[in-house]
Amino acid sequence: MKEAVIKTEKLSKRFGDFVAVNEISFEVFPGEVFGFLGANGAGKTTAMRMLCGLSIPSSGIATVAGFDVYKQTEKIKKNIGYMSQKFSLYEDLTVLENIRFFGGIYGLSDKQLKEKSNELILTLGLQNETKKLVGALPLGWKQKLSFSVAIIHQPKIVFLDEPTGGVDPVTRRQFWDLIYKAANSGITIFVTTHYMDEAEYCNRVSMMVDGSIKALDSPANLKKQFSASSMDEVFFELARGAKRGE
Amino acid sequence: MVTLTNITKTYNKGSILAVDNVSFSVGKGELFGLIGPDGAGKTSIFRVLTTLLLPDGGSATVDGCDVVKHYKTIRSQVGYMPGKFSLYQDLTVEENLHFFATLFNTTIEENYELIKEIYVQIEPFKTRRAAKLSGGMKQKLALCCALIHKPTVLFLDEPTTGVDAVSRKEFWEMLKRLKKQGITILVSTPYMDEATLCDRIALIQTGKIMSIDTPQNIVKAYSGKLYIIKSDSMNSLSNDLHNYENTLSCYAFGEYLHLSFKLDSENFEKELLNYLVAKGHKKIELQLTVPTIEDCFIKLMSSTE
Repeated sequence: MKEAVIKTEKLSKRFGDFVAVNEISFEVFPGEVFGFLGANGAGKTTAMRMLCGLSIPSSGIATVAGFDVYKQTEKIKKNIGYMSQKFSLYEDLTVLENIRFFGGIYGLSDKQLKEKSNELILTLGLQNETKKLVGALPLGWKQKLSFSVAIIHQPKIVFLDEPTGGVDPVTRRQFWDLIYKAANSGITIFVTTHYMDEAEYCNRVSMMVDGSIKALDSPANLKKQFSASSMDEVFFELARGAKRGE
Repeated sequence: MVTLTNITKTYNKGSILAVDNVSFSVGKGELFGLIGPDGAGKTSIFRVLTTLLLPDGGSATVDGCDVVKHYKTIRSQVGYMPGKFSLYQDLTVEENLHFFATLFNTTIEENYELIKEIYVQIEPFKTRRAAKLSGGMKQKLALCCALIHKPTVLFLDEPTTGVDAVSRKEFWEMLKRLKKQGITILVSTPYMDEATLCDRIALIQTGKIMSIDTPQNIVKAYSGKLYIIKSDSMNSLSNDLHNYENTLSCYAFGEYLHLSFKLDSENFEKELLNYLVAKGHKKIELQLTVPTIEDCFIKLMSSTE
Protein backbone atom coordinates (compact mmCIF):
# COMPACT_ATOMS: atom_id res chain seq x y z
CA MET A 1 0.00 0.00 0.00
CA LYS A 2 1.25 3.45 -0.90
CA GLU A 3 1.87 6.07 1.80
CA ALA A 4 -1.37 7.91 2.68
CA VAL A 5 -1.60 11.57 1.63
CA ILE A 6 -4.20 12.34 4.26
CA LYS A 7 -4.07 10.57 7.56
CA THR A 8 -6.19 11.38 10.60
CA GLU A 9 -6.42 9.70 13.98
CA LYS A 10 -9.19 10.66 16.40
CA LEU A 11 -9.20 14.16 14.94
CA SER A 12 -11.65 16.40 16.84
CA LYS A 13 -12.80 19.98 16.92
CA ARG A 14 -14.82 21.46 19.74
CA PHE A 15 -16.41 24.88 19.92
CA GLY A 16 -17.14 25.35 23.61
CA ASP A 17 -19.37 22.41 24.61
CA PHE A 18 -20.19 21.63 21.01
CA VAL A 19 -18.25 18.78 19.41
CA ALA A 20 -18.32 19.67 15.71
CA VAL A 21 -15.97 16.87 14.67
CA ASN A 22 -15.76 13.86 16.95
CA GLU A 23 -12.67 11.63 16.73
CA ILE A 24 -12.58 10.92 13.03
CA SER A 25 -9.92 8.51 11.77
CA PHE A 26 -9.30 7.74 8.11
CA GLU A 27 -6.67 7.61 5.38
CA VAL A 28 -6.73 8.78 1.78
CA PHE A 29 -4.24 7.45 -0.76
CA PRO A 30 -2.46 9.08 -3.74
CA GLY A 31 -4.57 9.37 -6.86
CA GLU A 32 -7.72 8.34 -5.01
CA VAL A 33 -11.09 10.01 -5.61
CA PHE A 34 -12.42 10.27 -2.08
CA GLY A 35 -16.02 11.34 -1.48
CA PHE A 36 -16.62 13.13 1.81
CA LEU A 37 -20.37 12.97 2.36
CA GLY A 38 -22.77 13.88 5.10
CA ALA A 39 -25.90 15.83 5.96
CA ASN A 40 -25.83 19.61 6.51
CA GLY A 41 -24.22 20.28 9.83
CA ALA A 42 -22.56 16.88 10.09
CA GLY A 43 -19.17 18.60 10.45
CA LYS A 44 -17.81 18.25 6.90
CA THR A 45 -16.77 21.88 6.51
CA THR A 46 -15.09 21.98 9.92
CA ALA A 47 -13.18 18.79 9.13
CA MET A 48 -12.14 20.14 5.74
CA ARG A 49 -10.95 23.41 7.27
CA MET A 50 -8.69 21.49 9.64
CA LEU A 51 -7.27 19.44 6.77
CA CYS A 52 -6.59 22.61 4.74
CA GLY A 53 -4.68 24.17 7.62
CA LEU A 54 -7.31 26.85 8.23
CA SER A 55 -8.46 25.67 11.64
CA ILE A 56 -6.37 24.12 14.43
CA PRO A 57 -7.88 20.87 15.79
CA SER A 58 -8.85 20.54 19.46
CA SER A 59 -7.32 17.07 19.70
CA GLY A 60 -6.20 14.11 17.66
CA ILE A 61 -3.54 13.71 15.00
CA ALA A 62 -3.59 14.50 11.29
CA THR A 63 -1.11 14.91 8.47
CA VAL A 64 -1.88 16.26 5.01
CA ALA A 65 0.65 15.74 2.23
CA GLY A 66 3.02 14.63 4.98
CA PHE A 67 2.66 17.85 7.00
CA ASP A 68 1.27 18.26 10.47
CA VAL A 69 -2.07 20.12 10.75
CA TYR A 70 -1.00 21.81 14.01
CA LYS A 71 2.49 23.04 13.18
CA GLN A 72 2.94 23.04 9.41
CA THR A 73 -0.23 24.70 8.15
CA GLU A 74 1.65 27.00 5.75
CA LYS A 75 3.36 24.02 4.13
CA ILE A 76 -0.02 22.30 3.81
CA LYS A 77 -1.47 25.31 2.03
CA LYS A 78 1.37 25.23 -0.52
CA ASN A 79 0.73 21.58 -1.31
CA ILE A 80 -3.03 21.57 -1.75
CA GLY A 81 -5.57 23.11 -4.09
CA TYR A 82 -9.02 24.27 -3.01
CA MET A 83 -12.17 25.01 -4.91
CA SER A 84 -15.73 25.64 -3.80
CA GLN A 85 -18.92 26.63 -5.52
CA LYS A 86 -19.04 29.90 -3.63
CA PHE A 87 -15.48 31.13 -3.84
CA SER A 88 -13.81 30.32 -7.08
CA LEU A 89 -12.45 33.11 -9.25
CA TYR A 90 -12.47 36.89 -9.46
CA GLU A 91 -15.41 37.84 -11.66
CA ASP A 92 -13.96 41.22 -12.59
CA LEU A 93 -10.65 39.84 -13.78
CA THR A 94 -10.26 38.23 -17.20
CA VAL A 95 -9.69 34.52 -17.71
CA LEU A 96 -5.97 35.06 -18.26
CA GLU A 97 -5.65 37.47 -15.32
CA ASN A 98 -7.27 34.93 -13.01
CA ILE A 99 -4.92 32.18 -14.15
CA ARG A 100 -1.89 34.45 -13.66
CA PHE A 101 -3.12 35.69 -10.30
CA PHE A 102 -3.76 32.28 -8.79
CA GLY A 103 -0.70 30.76 -10.43
CA GLY A 104 1.34 33.58 -8.88
CA ILE A 105 -0.17 32.96 -5.46
CA TYR A 106 0.67 29.27 -5.74
CA GLY A 107 4.26 30.34 -6.43
CA LEU A 108 4.70 29.46 -10.11
CA SER A 109 7.58 31.20 -11.92
CA ASP A 110 6.89 33.44 -14.91
CA LYS A 111 8.00 30.71 -17.26
CA GLN A 112 5.84 28.08 -15.58
CA LEU A 113 2.93 30.51 -15.55
CA LYS A 114 3.17 31.06 -19.28
CA GLU A 115 3.40 27.35 -20.06
CA LYS A 116 0.64 26.42 -17.67
CA SER A 117 -1.79 29.11 -18.84
CA ASN A 118 -1.32 28.12 -22.49
CA GLU A 119 -1.82 24.47 -21.68
CA LEU A 120 -4.87 25.15 -19.54
CA ILE A 121 -6.54 27.42 -22.08
CA LEU A 122 -5.97 24.88 -24.83
CA THR A 123 -7.34 21.95 -22.80
CA LEU A 124 -10.48 23.86 -21.88
CA GLY A 125 -10.94 25.28 -25.38
CA LEU A 126 -10.98 28.84 -24.06
CA GLN A 127 -8.73 30.35 -26.76
CA ASN A 128 -11.31 32.95 -27.73
CA GLU A 129 -12.23 33.88 -24.18
CA THR A 130 -8.86 34.68 -22.59
CA LYS A 131 -9.56 38.41 -22.52
CA LYS A 132 -13.15 38.09 -21.36
CA LEU A 133 -14.12 38.83 -17.77
CA VAL A 134 -14.77 35.65 -15.85
CA GLY A 135 -18.11 37.13 -14.73
CA ALA A 136 -19.32 36.94 -18.33
CA LEU A 137 -18.65 33.20 -18.68
CA PRO A 138 -21.40 30.59 -18.27
CA LEU A 139 -21.33 28.90 -14.85
CA GLY A 140 -20.21 25.57 -16.28
CA TRP A 141 -17.10 27.13 -17.82
CA LYS A 142 -16.37 29.05 -14.66
CA GLN A 143 -16.41 25.85 -12.64
CA LYS A 144 -14.16 24.02 -15.09
CA LEU A 145 -11.75 26.96 -15.18
CA SER A 146 -11.83 27.27 -11.42
CA PHE A 147 -10.96 23.58 -11.03
CA SER A 148 -8.09 23.85 -13.49
CA VAL A 149 -6.76 26.88 -11.62
CA ALA A 150 -7.00 25.02 -8.31
CA ILE A 151 -4.62 22.36 -9.66
CA ILE A 152 -2.36 24.66 -11.71
CA HIS A 153 0.54 24.04 -9.30
CA GLN A 154 0.06 20.25 -9.53
CA PRO A 155 -0.77 19.92 -5.81
CA LYS A 156 -0.72 16.58 -4.03
CA ILE A 157 -4.36 16.98 -3.04
CA VAL A 158 -7.25 19.10 -4.23
CA PHE A 159 -10.22 19.80 -1.97
CA LEU A 160 -13.49 20.30 -3.84
CA ASP A 161 -16.41 21.63 -1.80
CA GLU A 162 -19.63 21.02 -3.73
CA PRO A 163 -17.97 21.81 -7.05
CA THR A 164 -20.98 20.89 -9.19
CA GLY A 165 -23.84 22.61 -7.31
CA GLY A 166 -26.30 24.18 -9.76
CA VAL A 167 -24.36 23.09 -12.84
CA ASP A 168 -26.29 21.63 -15.81
CA PRO A 169 -26.30 17.83 -16.17
CA VAL A 170 -24.00 17.74 -19.21
CA THR A 171 -21.37 20.07 -17.70
CA ARG A 172 -21.61 18.17 -14.40
CA ARG A 173 -20.45 15.06 -16.22
CA GLN A 174 -17.73 16.91 -18.13
CA PHE A 175 -16.54 18.20 -14.77
CA TRP A 176 -16.15 14.63 -13.52
CA ASP A 177 -14.09 13.82 -16.62
CA LEU A 178 -11.70 16.57 -15.48
CA ILE A 179 -11.64 15.11 -11.98
CA TYR A 180 -10.69 11.68 -13.31
CA LYS A 181 -7.99 13.17 -15.51
CA ALA A 182 -6.47 14.93 -12.53
CA ALA A 183 -6.69 11.75 -10.43
CA ASN A 184 -4.94 9.78 -13.19
CA SER A 185 -2.12 12.34 -13.13
CA GLY A 186 -1.61 11.46 -9.46
CA ILE A 187 -3.56 14.25 -7.75
CA THR A 188 -5.67 13.03 -4.86
CA ILE A 189 -9.27 14.25 -5.02
CA PHE A 190 -11.19 15.05 -1.83
CA VAL A 191 -14.73 15.99 -2.81
CA THR A 192 -18.06 16.82 -1.16
CA THR A 193 -21.38 16.73 -3.02
CA HIS A 194 -25.14 16.62 -2.48
CA TYR A 195 -25.65 14.65 -5.70
CA MET A 196 -25.79 11.02 -4.69
CA ASP A 197 -25.12 9.76 -8.22
CA GLU A 198 -21.75 11.48 -7.94
CA ALA A 199 -20.97 9.45 -4.84
CA GLU A 200 -20.86 6.46 -7.20
CA TYR A 201 -18.01 8.06 -9.14
CA CYS A 202 -15.74 8.04 -6.08
CA ASN A 203 -13.30 5.21 -5.33
CA ARG A 204 -14.24 5.38 -1.68
CA VAL A 205 -16.85 7.33 0.24
CA SER A 206 -17.10 8.35 3.87
CA MET A 207 -20.43 9.24 5.46
CA MET A 208 -20.39 11.71 8.31
CA VAL A 209 -23.28 11.91 10.78
CA ASP A 210 -23.33 14.24 13.81
CA GLY A 211 -19.57 14.76 13.80
CA SER A 212 -18.51 11.13 13.41
CA ILE A 213 -17.69 9.00 10.39
CA LYS A 214 -20.41 6.36 10.42
CA ALA A 215 -19.34 4.45 7.33
CA LEU A 216 -16.37 4.37 4.97
CA ASP A 217 -15.91 2.06 2.01
CA SER A 218 -16.25 1.77 -1.76
CA PRO A 219 -19.75 2.58 -3.07
CA ALA A 220 -20.24 -1.09 -4.03
CA ASN A 221 -19.33 -2.32 -0.54
CA LEU A 222 -21.45 0.34 1.16
CA LYS A 223 -24.47 -0.70 -0.86
CA LYS A 224 -23.82 -4.32 0.09
CA GLN A 225 -23.36 -3.42 3.76
CA PHE A 226 -26.68 -1.54 3.89
CA SER A 227 -28.51 -3.84 1.44
CA ALA A 228 -29.26 -0.74 -0.63
CA SER A 229 -29.67 -0.47 -4.40
CA SER A 230 -28.25 3.06 -4.61
CA MET A 231 -26.05 5.45 -2.68
CA ASP A 232 -29.17 7.52 -2.13
CA GLU A 233 -30.58 4.75 0.03
CA VAL A 234 -27.31 4.35 1.91
CA PHE A 235 -27.35 8.07 2.65
CA PHE A 236 -30.95 8.00 3.87
CA GLU A 237 -30.28 4.98 6.03
CA LEU A 238 -27.37 6.77 7.75
CA ALA A 239 -28.47 10.41 7.78
CA ARG A 240 -32.04 9.73 8.89
CA GLY A 241 -30.85 9.12 12.42
CA ALA A 242 -28.96 12.44 12.54
CA LYS A 243 -29.76 14.46 15.63
CA ARG A 244 -28.47 17.84 14.67
CA GLY A 245 -29.28 20.18 11.80
CA GLU A 246 -26.75 22.54 10.32
CA MET B 1 -53.38 31.89 -11.74
CA VAL B 2 -50.05 32.87 -13.27
CA THR B 3 -49.55 33.55 -16.97
CA LEU B 4 -46.52 34.60 -18.94
CA THR B 5 -46.77 35.63 -22.56
CA ASN B 6 -43.57 36.08 -24.56
CA ILE B 7 -41.61 37.39 -21.58
CA THR B 8 -38.11 38.56 -22.45
CA LYS B 9 -35.50 39.99 -20.10
CA THR B 10 -32.02 41.22 -20.95
CA TYR B 11 -29.20 42.68 -18.87
CA ASN B 12 -26.22 44.89 -19.62
CA LYS B 13 -28.00 47.04 -22.20
CA GLY B 14 -29.34 44.04 -24.05
CA SER B 15 -26.06 42.16 -24.33
CA ILE B 16 -27.11 39.33 -22.02
CA LEU B 17 -30.33 37.54 -22.86
CA ALA B 18 -31.52 36.05 -19.58
CA VAL B 19 -35.11 35.15 -20.48
CA ASP B 20 -35.90 34.44 -24.11
CA ASN B 21 -39.54 34.72 -25.15
CA VAL B 22 -40.96 32.57 -22.39
CA SER B 23 -44.68 31.70 -22.19
CA PHE B 24 -46.46 29.37 -19.81
CA SER B 25 -49.30 29.38 -17.33
CA VAL B 26 -49.88 27.87 -13.93
CA GLY B 27 -53.32 26.83 -12.74
CA LYS B 28 -54.87 27.47 -9.35
CA GLY B 29 -53.61 25.11 -6.69
CA GLU B 30 -50.90 23.72 -8.94
CA LEU B 31 -47.38 22.85 -7.80
CA PHE B 32 -45.30 24.00 -10.75
CA GLY B 33 -41.56 23.48 -11.06
CA LEU B 34 -39.02 25.46 -13.06
CA ILE B 35 -36.19 23.00 -13.52
CA GLY B 36 -32.82 24.09 -14.83
CA PRO B 37 -29.19 24.86 -13.97
CA ASP B 38 -27.80 28.16 -12.67
CA GLY B 39 -28.00 30.87 -15.32
CA ALA B 40 -31.04 29.29 -17.00
CA GLY B 41 -33.19 32.34 -16.17
CA LYS B 42 -35.22 30.93 -13.28
CA THR B 43 -34.57 33.81 -10.88
CA SER B 44 -35.22 36.45 -13.55
CA ILE B 45 -38.62 34.88 -14.27
CA PHE B 46 -39.45 34.84 -10.56
CA ARG B 47 -38.39 38.47 -10.16
CA VAL B 48 -40.54 39.54 -13.10
CA LEU B 49 -43.52 37.70 -11.62
CA THR B 50 -42.99 39.17 -8.15
CA THR B 51 -42.79 42.67 -9.77
CA LEU B 52 -39.19 43.21 -8.72
CA LEU B 53 -37.91 43.41 -12.31
CA LEU B 54 -39.46 44.97 -15.38
CA PRO B 55 -39.51 42.68 -18.41
CA ASP B 56 -38.07 44.02 -21.69
CA GLY B 57 -40.94 42.52 -23.62
CA GLY B 58 -44.07 40.44 -23.24
CA SER B 59 -46.66 40.48 -20.50
CA ALA B 60 -47.43 38.54 -17.38
CA THR B 61 -50.22 38.33 -14.84
CA VAL B 62 -50.43 36.96 -11.32
CA ASP B 63 -53.88 36.23 -9.93
CA GLY B 64 -55.40 38.33 -12.71
CA CYS B 65 -53.17 41.38 -12.09
CA ASP B 66 -50.67 42.71 -14.60
CA VAL B 67 -47.12 42.60 -13.23
CA VAL B 68 -46.35 46.13 -14.45
CA LYS B 69 -49.62 48.01 -13.99
CA HIS B 70 -50.85 46.39 -10.80
CA TYR B 71 -47.59 45.68 -9.09
CA LYS B 72 -48.80 47.01 -5.74
CA THR B 73 -51.73 44.59 -5.62
CA ILE B 74 -49.49 41.69 -6.55
CA ARG B 75 -46.95 42.58 -3.87
CA SER B 76 -49.59 42.42 -1.18
CA GLN B 77 -50.91 39.08 -2.37
CA VAL B 78 -47.94 36.87 -3.18
CA GLY B 79 -45.36 35.21 -1.01
CA TYR B 80 -41.75 35.17 -2.15
CA MET B 81 -38.82 33.27 -0.77
CA PRO B 82 -35.69 34.40 -2.62
CA GLY B 83 -32.78 32.06 -3.25
CA LYS B 84 -30.58 34.11 -0.97
CA PHE B 85 -31.56 34.27 2.72
CA SER B 86 -33.13 37.72 3.03
CA LEU B 87 -34.58 38.01 6.50
CA TYR B 88 -33.21 40.39 9.12
CA GLN B 89 -30.18 38.67 10.64
CA ASP B 90 -30.24 40.81 13.78
CA LEU B 91 -33.91 40.23 14.56
CA THR B 92 -35.01 37.10 16.39
CA VAL B 93 -37.13 34.37 14.85
CA GLU B 94 -40.27 35.78 16.42
CA GLU B 95 -39.40 39.40 15.58
CA ASN B 96 -38.86 38.54 11.92
CA LEU B 97 -42.19 36.80 11.71
CA HIS B 98 -43.96 39.61 13.55
CA PHE B 99 -42.31 42.17 11.26
CA PHE B 100 -43.48 40.48 8.08
CA ALA B 101 -46.99 39.96 9.45
CA THR B 102 -47.22 43.67 10.27
CA LEU B 103 -45.90 44.69 6.86
CA PHE B 104 -48.80 42.85 5.32
CA ASN B 105 -51.35 44.27 7.76
CA THR B 106 -51.95 41.04 9.55
CA THR B 107 -50.92 39.27 12.72
CA ILE B 108 -49.21 35.98 13.49
CA GLU B 109 -52.35 34.82 15.29
CA GLU B 110 -54.63 35.47 12.33
CA ASN B 111 -52.88 33.03 10.01
CA TYR B 112 -51.18 30.82 12.53
CA GLU B 113 -52.96 27.70 11.25
CA LEU B 114 -51.20 28.01 7.90
CA ILE B 115 -47.69 28.09 9.31
CA LYS B 116 -48.27 26.11 12.49
CA GLU B 117 -46.85 22.83 11.25
CA ILE B 118 -43.61 24.45 10.10
CA TYR B 119 -43.35 27.03 12.87
CA VAL B 120 -43.56 24.57 15.75
CA GLN B 121 -40.25 23.14 14.55
CA ILE B 122 -38.48 26.46 15.07
CA GLU B 123 -40.59 27.81 17.93
CA PRO B 124 -38.19 26.48 20.59
CA PHE B 125 -35.65 28.94 19.15
CA LYS B 126 -37.98 31.92 18.79
CA THR B 127 -35.76 34.22 20.84
CA ARG B 128 -32.68 33.37 18.77
CA ARG B 129 -31.43 35.87 16.21
CA ALA B 130 -31.88 34.77 12.60
CA ALA B 131 -28.14 35.05 11.99
CA LYS B 132 -27.53 32.32 14.58
CA LEU B 133 -29.93 29.79 13.03
CA SER B 134 -28.82 26.67 11.19
CA GLY B 135 -29.41 26.46 7.43
CA GLY B 136 -32.43 24.20 7.80
CA MET B 137 -34.01 26.47 10.41
CA LYS B 138 -33.38 29.60 8.33
CA GLN B 139 -35.16 27.92 5.46
CA LYS B 140 -38.16 27.11 7.64
CA LEU B 141 -38.32 30.64 9.05
CA ALA B 142 -38.12 32.14 5.56
CA LEU B 143 -40.99 29.91 4.47
CA CYS B 144 -43.07 30.99 7.48
CA CYS B 145 -42.42 34.68 6.70
CA ALA B 146 -43.43 34.14 3.06
CA LEU B 147 -46.67 32.47 4.21
CA ILE B 148 -47.74 34.68 7.11
CA HIS B 149 -50.11 36.86 5.05
CA LYS B 150 -51.80 33.85 3.46
CA PRO B 151 -50.60 34.50 -0.10
CA THR B 152 -52.55 33.28 -3.09
CA VAL B 153 -49.37 32.36 -4.92
CA LEU B 154 -46.11 31.27 -3.34
CA PHE B 155 -42.82 31.76 -5.22
CA LEU B 156 -39.92 29.66 -3.95
CA ASP B 157 -36.62 30.33 -5.67
CA GLU B 158 -34.28 27.37 -5.23
CA PRO B 159 -35.38 26.57 -1.67
CA THR B 160 -33.37 23.33 -1.60
CA THR B 161 -30.08 24.41 -3.15
CA GLY B 162 -27.14 23.27 -1.05
CA VAL B 163 -29.46 21.33 1.23
CA ASP B 164 -28.70 17.66 1.92
CA ALA B 165 -30.84 14.87 0.50
CA VAL B 166 -32.72 14.14 3.73
CA SER B 167 -33.66 17.78 4.44
CA ARG B 168 -34.67 18.22 0.80
CA LYS B 169 -37.12 15.39 1.17
CA GLU B 170 -38.59 16.99 4.30
CA PHE B 171 -38.97 20.31 2.54
CA TRP B 172 -40.93 18.74 -0.31
CA GLU B 173 -43.22 17.05 2.22
CA MET B 174 -43.98 20.54 3.60
CA LEU B 175 -44.77 21.80 0.09
CA LYS B 176 -47.19 18.95 -0.53
CA ARG B 177 -49.07 19.82 2.65
CA LEU B 178 -49.22 23.51 1.67
CA LYS B 179 -50.57 22.54 -1.72
CA LYS B 180 -53.42 20.73 0.00
CA GLN B 181 -54.42 24.06 1.54
CA GLY B 182 -55.02 25.39 -1.96
CA ILE B 183 -51.98 27.63 -2.35
CA THR B 184 -50.56 27.84 -5.87
CA ILE B 185 -46.83 27.16 -5.70
CA LEU B 186 -44.08 27.99 -8.19
CA VAL B 187 -40.78 26.47 -7.22
CA SER B 188 -37.44 26.43 -8.98
CA THR B 189 -34.67 23.89 -8.53
CA PRO B 190 -31.45 22.73 -10.19
CA TYR B 191 -32.01 19.20 -8.81
CA MET B 192 -33.56 17.14 -11.57
CA ASP B 193 -34.71 14.42 -9.17
CA GLU B 194 -37.12 16.89 -7.56
CA ALA B 195 -39.00 17.33 -10.83
CA THR B 196 -41.14 14.25 -10.25
CA LEU B 197 -42.56 15.83 -7.08
CA CYS B 198 -44.24 18.63 -9.11
CA ASP B 199 -47.62 18.49 -10.88
CA ARG B 200 -46.12 20.06 -13.98
CA ILE B 201 -42.64 21.23 -14.83
CA ALA B 202 -40.86 23.47 -17.31
CA LEU B 203 -37.35 22.40 -18.29
CA ILE B 204 -35.37 25.56 -18.82
CA GLN B 205 -31.88 26.20 -20.20
CA THR B 206 -30.15 29.46 -21.23
CA GLY B 207 -33.36 31.48 -20.99
CA LYS B 208 -35.43 29.15 -23.14
CA ILE B 209 -38.07 26.65 -22.15
CA MET B 210 -37.27 23.32 -23.73
CA SER B 211 -40.37 21.46 -22.62
CA ILE B 212 -43.45 21.94 -20.41
CA ASP B 213 -45.61 19.06 -19.24
CA THR B 214 -46.24 16.68 -16.39
CA PRO B 215 -43.06 14.83 -15.38
CA GLN B 216 -44.70 11.57 -16.53
CA ASN B 217 -45.43 12.94 -20.01
CA ILE B 218 -41.95 14.37 -20.40
CA VAL B 219 -40.50 10.95 -19.67
CA LYS B 220 -43.03 9.36 -22.06
CA ALA B 221 -41.99 11.77 -24.82
CA TYR B 222 -38.39 10.54 -24.67
CA SER B 223 -37.86 9.07 -28.14
CA GLY B 224 -35.83 5.92 -28.63
CA LYS B 225 -34.59 3.35 -26.18
CA LEU B 226 -32.31 4.02 -23.27
CA TYR B 227 -30.00 1.38 -21.81
CA ILE B 228 -27.97 1.08 -18.66
CA ILE B 229 -24.64 -0.62 -19.10
CA LYS B 230 -21.65 -1.55 -17.00
CA SER B 231 -18.65 -3.83 -17.18
CA ASP B 232 -15.64 -4.78 -15.09
CA SER B 233 -13.69 -1.88 -16.57
CA MET B 234 -15.77 1.29 -16.37
CA ASN B 235 -12.95 3.63 -17.38
CA SER B 236 -12.36 2.07 -20.78
CA LEU B 237 -16.07 1.25 -21.24
CA SER B 238 -16.95 4.91 -21.62
CA ASN B 239 -14.17 5.39 -24.17
CA ASP B 240 -15.03 2.27 -26.12
CA LEU B 241 -18.71 3.21 -26.26
CA HIS B 242 -17.91 6.72 -27.46
CA ASN B 243 -15.91 5.18 -30.29
CA TYR B 244 -18.66 2.71 -31.22
CA GLU B 245 -20.31 3.72 -34.49
CA ASN B 246 -23.91 3.14 -33.45
CA THR B 247 -23.63 5.12 -30.18
CA LEU B 248 -25.86 8.17 -30.11
CA SER B 249 -25.13 9.22 -26.55
CA CYS B 250 -23.29 7.77 -23.61
CA TYR B 251 -22.80 9.38 -20.23
CA ALA B 252 -22.15 8.45 -16.62
CA PHE B 253 -25.15 7.90 -14.40
CA GLY B 254 -24.34 6.65 -10.92
CA GLU B 255 -22.68 3.26 -11.10
CA TYR B 256 -23.85 2.68 -14.70
CA LEU B 257 -23.47 4.45 -18.02
CA HIS B 258 -26.60 5.49 -19.86
CA LEU B 259 -26.47 4.58 -23.52
CA SER B 260 -28.66 5.19 -26.52
CA PHE B 261 -28.21 3.91 -30.08
CA LYS B 262 -28.58 5.76 -33.37
CA LEU B 263 -30.56 2.78 -34.61
CA ASP B 264 -32.53 0.55 -32.25
CA SER B 265 -32.93 -3.15 -32.84
CA GLU B 266 -32.24 -6.33 -30.96
CA ASN B 267 -29.44 -7.28 -33.33
CA PHE B 268 -27.62 -4.14 -32.34
CA GLU B 269 -27.59 -5.22 -28.74
CA LYS B 270 -25.83 -8.44 -29.74
CA GLU B 271 -23.44 -6.59 -32.02
CA LEU B 272 -22.54 -4.20 -29.23
CA LEU B 273 -21.88 -7.06 -26.83
CA ASN B 274 -19.61 -8.74 -29.38
CA TYR B 275 -17.77 -5.47 -29.90
CA LEU B 276 -17.24 -5.00 -26.16
CA VAL B 277 -16.14 -8.60 -25.57
CA ALA B 278 -13.60 -8.15 -28.37
CA LYS B 279 -12.37 -5.04 -26.53
CA GLY B 280 -11.73 -7.19 -23.48
CA HIS B 281 -14.71 -6.29 -21.33
CA LYS B 282 -16.04 -8.84 -18.89
CA LYS B 283 -19.15 -9.00 -16.71
CA ILE B 284 -21.05 -6.79 -19.12
CA GLU B 285 -24.55 -5.84 -17.99
CA LEU B 286 -26.81 -4.29 -20.62
CA GLN B 287 -30.42 -3.55 -19.79
CA LEU B 288 -33.24 -1.34 -21.01
CA THR B 289 -34.17 1.38 -18.54
CA VAL B 290 -36.83 4.04 -18.05
CA PRO B 291 -35.39 7.52 -18.66
CA THR B 292 -35.28 9.96 -15.75
CA ILE B 293 -36.01 13.67 -16.05
CA GLU B 294 -32.25 14.23 -16.15
CA ASP B 295 -31.97 11.95 -19.22
CA CYS B 296 -34.74 13.95 -20.87
CA PHE B 297 -33.00 17.20 -19.98
CA ILE B 298 -29.70 16.03 -21.45
CA LYS B 299 -31.43 14.88 -24.63
CA LEU B 300 -33.30 18.16 -25.00
CA MET B 301 -30.09 20.10 -24.38
CA SER B 302 -28.22 18.28 -27.13
CA SER B 303 -31.07 18.64 -29.59
CA THR B 304 -31.36 22.41 -29.08
CA GLU B 305 -27.63 23.06 -29.36
